[in-house]
Amino acid sequence: MIQRVLGTALRTGGDFAEIFVEDKRSSSARLDDGKIEELSSGRDRGAGIRVVVGETTGFAHTADLTETGLRAAAEAAAAAARGNPGGERVVNLTRTTAPRPNEITIQPDSIEKAAKVALLNRADAAARGEGGAIKQVTARLADSRRHILVANSDGLLVDDDQVKTLFAVQCVALGDTGMQTGYESIGHTIGWELFDRVDVEAHARKVAQQALTKLNARPAPSGTMPVVIGQGGGGVLFHEACGHGLEADLVGKGASVFRGRKGELVASPLVTLVDDGTMGEEWGCFAIDDEGTPAQRNVLIEDGVLTDYMYDFLRSRKEGRARSGNGRRQSYQHLPMVRMTNTFLMAGDDDPAAIIAGTDNGVFVKALGGGQVNTATGDFVFGMTEAYLIENGEITDPLREGNLIGNGPEVLTMIEAIGNDFAMGPPGTCGKDGQGVPVGDGVPTLRVQALTIGGTAA
Amino acid sequence: MSDGVDDLLAIGDRIAGWARDGEEIEAVVVRSRDTEIRAYEGEVEQLSSAQTQGVGIRVVRDQKVGFAYAGSLDDDVLGETLADARDNAGFGTADEFVGLAVPDGVAVADLDLFRASLADFPTDSKVDMAIALERAAKAADARISGVESADYVDTIAEGAVVTSTGIRTAARETAAYIMASVLAADGDETQTGFGFSVGRDPSDLDIDKAAADAADRATRMLGATKPPSERVTVVLDPWVSAQLLGIIGSTLSGEAVLKGRSPFADRMGEQIASALLTLVDDPTNPEAFTATQTDGEGLATRRNSLIEDGVLKAFLHNSYTARRMATVSTGSAVRGFKSTPSAGTRAVSLIPGTKSQAELLAEVGDGILIQAVTGLHSGVNPVSGDFSTGAQGLRIKGGAAGEPLREFTIASTLQRILHDVLAVGGDIEWLPMAAAGVSLVVGDVTVSGS
Repeated sequence: MIQRVLGTALRTGGDFAEIFVEDKRSSSARLDDGKIEELSSGRDRGAGIRVVVGETTGFAHTADLTETGLRAAAEAAAAAARGNPGGERVVNLTRTTAPRPNEITIQPDSIEKAAKVALLNRADAAARGEGGAIKQVTARLADSRRHILVANSDGLLVDDDQVKTLFAVQCVALGDTGMQTGYESIGHTIGWELFDRVDVEAHARKVAQQALTKLNARPAPSGTMPVVIGQGGGGVLFHEACGHGLEADLVGKGASVFRGRKGELVASPLVTLVDDGTMGEEWGCFAIDDEGTPAQRNVLIEDGVLTDYMYDFLRSRKEGRARSGNGRRQSYQHLPMVRMTNTFLMAGDDDPAAIIAGTDNGVFVKALGGGQVNTATGDFVFGMTEAYLIENGEITDPLREGNLIGNGPEVLTMIEAIGNDFAMGPPGTCGKDGQGVPVGDGVPTLRVQALTIGGTAA
Repeated sequence: MSDGVDDLLAIGDRIAGWARDGEEIEAVVVRSRDTEIRAYEGEVEQLSSAQTQGVGIRVVRDQKVGFAYAGSLDDDVLGETLADARDNAGFGTADEFVGLAVPDGVAVADLDLFRASLADFPTDSKVDMAIALERAAKAADARISGVESADYVDTIAEGAVVTSTGIRTAARETAAYIMASVLAADGDETQTGFGFSVGRDPSDLDIDKAAADAADRATRMLGATKPPSERVTVVLDPWVSAQLLGIIGSTLSGEAVLKGRSPFADRMGEQIASALLTLVDDPTNPEAFTATQTDGEGLATRRNSLIEDGVLKAFLHNSYTARRMATVSTGSAVRGFKSTPSAGTRAVSLIPGTKSQAELLAEVGDGILIQAVTGLHSGVNPVSGDFSTGAQGLRIKGGAAGEPLREFTIASTLQRILHDVLAVGGDIEWLPMAAAGVSLVVGDVTVSGS
């Protein structure tokens, strides 16, 4: 049937046709305000079909997976691409397999809902046990199983089964100076075995302490100063400062400050940056990307030199090179584009304690929140959710929340020290052009010579 | 597509009719038809057209809620989704305030949100608009070095909410917009800008305005420098103040208040803002692009006055938060079919003053006109009120806008910003978000730069 649908898609003379089938089941449970508010279950199932003619892509999607429904979508995509009628083409599919980055031991849908409820209640009790100042606790469990199948007119037929499990806690603490929040999530591309290694109570207590600590926080400083990013907490810095700018679609349109700089020294020689979709169990891993390309480990910057950009099918075809396994999409209702997977900075040689001790005055950012970048200018911003002042080489007072800003190409050259303590950070969702996909990031402790801290203190 | 929303109501009726004794059921049934076109270098780069549908089912039994959704309206899927929601309802914590909306007698506003003409508008003409937009953006200024994207997008959205408690409403609306993102270059420097035009169908769209705005936003930043750190008076452009009002609005959600996550939870009736501020949420205002006749629980939307002359007057409620706070729903349930309703704003705006932006700049004398902010999602905490964002704009010198500034932050707290408002402009502008903007003068903001 898939062969016939692809044949229909190519009827108007397309160079390339692809069908992406997705069947995703999601479930979540949320505790808030001391109550199990609700359990939710979701099902998203459908197919996206694209037809490429020259530089034009036609796309249609449908939730109707019968041959009639798929053929109708194929015709719509073919009409959108508007090539010259080329008659029926026969596509011969060859089934391939790609290595799975991980094993799933316990499918989350095999877990009793009562067990999920019990876990959330344990988190609530543990967080509230940290003291009466903890006024509110939200705990959330979410798991999903996404089965995808990709077939295209080059004869590819491959599938993947992606299971993810996530646990997140948010706390609100109330003190004399008002309210403060703590938040942290843990997520991996594995099943319920996540909880064999995650101590639910300890995680909840940690988040509660984060909120309590911030009750004593002083306003963050304003101005430009050295910033030490903590182990695992700051991968988003590289995701924003240069990751997006190394996506070949943005580079191709001149919307990246890293355009035309391959082979050049773009960062401190200490910097080696990798994007790795094969990284087992991490939030951004998979066996195949959403165009059927096996996940790959791609070195983007090596010893400060820009080695390569990230590619999807269209951009690699245009440049006549291999795909890099970065063609991803939010769902069958979306077209794929170049996206990161797990992006991380390789460990260096420095002792993390020495990095802090070697900073006279500055800011230590233990955890970063989200961020945003303008890839054409390189200007980026990201939030600090847990940060402290560094005074005379020592971590001192906690700071209230705020944004940090910088310019990607400038900041990359200002990485002064990189620790030997690499760790991956919490799971993230990366947004681009209206689509969100799961990504991972990681860093060792590191120091940037100067970033602008968006606080209110002098 | 079928004519009207009768078939969606019929599906809702069937699901609500499956309610057993002692059980309440709510069905949200939606369908949309979307077209998206991106032009690049005079050709279509992407053209996508598709119909999407879905159902969300909420079941209440024994004071507990369960929810399930599916992206399909097939018969077998409806039954399976209801079964999932029913099963999920067994695991919630009993809460006496849990329940669905019930009819409240408020009449649904008669808004003109649907244009049948959109369905007949030929795809080729939409393609032509996207290509014309790209051409116009390129030609708008000699310094435009590239057009990153030139998009035409439209949607025909239909939805119905039916409950076993007597709610039965449906609505449909159309929307169309164009948007261009451009690059402007001068020597080695590149800056970016965007422009858009929004309407109910393609005849509302203004290609030249979208192109000119994009070119202006990009070229005005060429040569921008980083300002020194200082405390200054800022003028927020409507594009920026609308985003700020959206965040302020979120702190006035009954849900945030009930769960102790609003900095204004205990401030009802108090002066929480400058007396110049009157803040209204009115989804029945047809000028709002987010105008809508019914809320996420099927109740009529209505005008809610939140802050009057700086005094906190109301929070926004859905049925649950209203019941728990012993009041009535304000028709403010917001949701998609994949989630249960929260309570929030849909079309928030300030009652405008009388002065133009130029007049406000003249009064301010020295300061910064903030034209864009970044990182609102990461730098603003709506619980603590801490506010810090990346910003760009123009130096205000001698009462007029001067040289461009970038790569700095502005910081304060939401609580302080409300009190520090010194003037509200008359230049109200509805924007493609759940808010209208207006030029807003705010004193004593910390700028962090070099």
